[in-house]
Amino acid sequence: MASLMAMTALGRREPTTVTHGPLTITERTDVALASVAARKGRMADLAQAAQAAGTPLPGPATHQRGTPYSAFWTAPEMWFVEAPFATHELIAEMLKAALGDAASITEQTDAWVAFDLAAPDLSPVLERLCNVDFRHVPDGHATRTMMEHLGVYLIKHGPKEARLYGPRSSAESLLHALETAAHSAL
Amino acid sequence: MIIHHPILGPRDAQEFVYLGDANLIDRPDGMTAGVEVFHEYLYQRTNPAGEHQELWYHEQGDRSWLVITRNTVTHEITKVELARDVARSRGRSK
Repeated sequence: MASLMAMTALGRREPTTVTHGPLTITERTDVALASVAARKGRMADLAQAAQAAGTPLPGPATHQRGTPYSAFWTAPEMWFVEAPFATHELIAEMLKAALGDAASITEQTDAWVAFDLAAPDLSPVLERLCNVDFRHVPDGHATRTMMEHLGVYLIKHGPKEARLYGPRSSAESLLHALETAAHSAL
Repeated sequence: MIIHHPILGPRDAQEFVYLGDANLIDRPDGMTAGVEVFHEYLYQRTNPAGEHQELWYHEQGDRSWLVITRNTVTHEITKVELARDVARSRGRSK
């Protein structure tokens, strides 16, 4: 069998880290991702199975940390579940085994590029990029929004820390947008 | 304009896309209702100066469909519901 090289969303062998003044953008390739959507009328079954499996299913617009599974809300009765890639590369299969047929589960790992943003204050950068009121939303806030015409998920872990999921095929454009905003703001 | 999303709270109207009259939810059965009724459904719209129920899509958010009751004269929004709930309350199964 051919030996294939794993490439990051930015087309490199290793994840990229970019520093711009106080802002650090770190590409994350160690996160496995899957979407979990309750099937029609099966929400109670899903909630029960998720609790037994230790998968958090947080309320609207929130992210909940857990081990090994963290999750954030994306739509009514639908979540994105995160786990460490090293142990959960087959996250979709693992979740299907854990949650049974109460949910439709789709592998999402390679559909997205994940960036961790870190700066003493991220608000000036993010307020130039999207209309999320980053300064005032609570920690753990997770929402879908637009940055430079790209649909992204923004998760606030704290005033100095956020995770961004953007479309993998536009990873370079999204990084460019982040760097441009950082250049203007910081 | 701010739209008070029933799940996500106040959101800027620029996050939403407007579709039109909410009677699109009540699609007649094309096989049994007859051509006239389906023609009405497809082409005829009332255009009230006043209260109007319309479909909006939260395109830049959670991608939910909403039924918004809006006054077309004053732009005042009096009610925002999930289209799913409205459809189910009108007897739809999905």
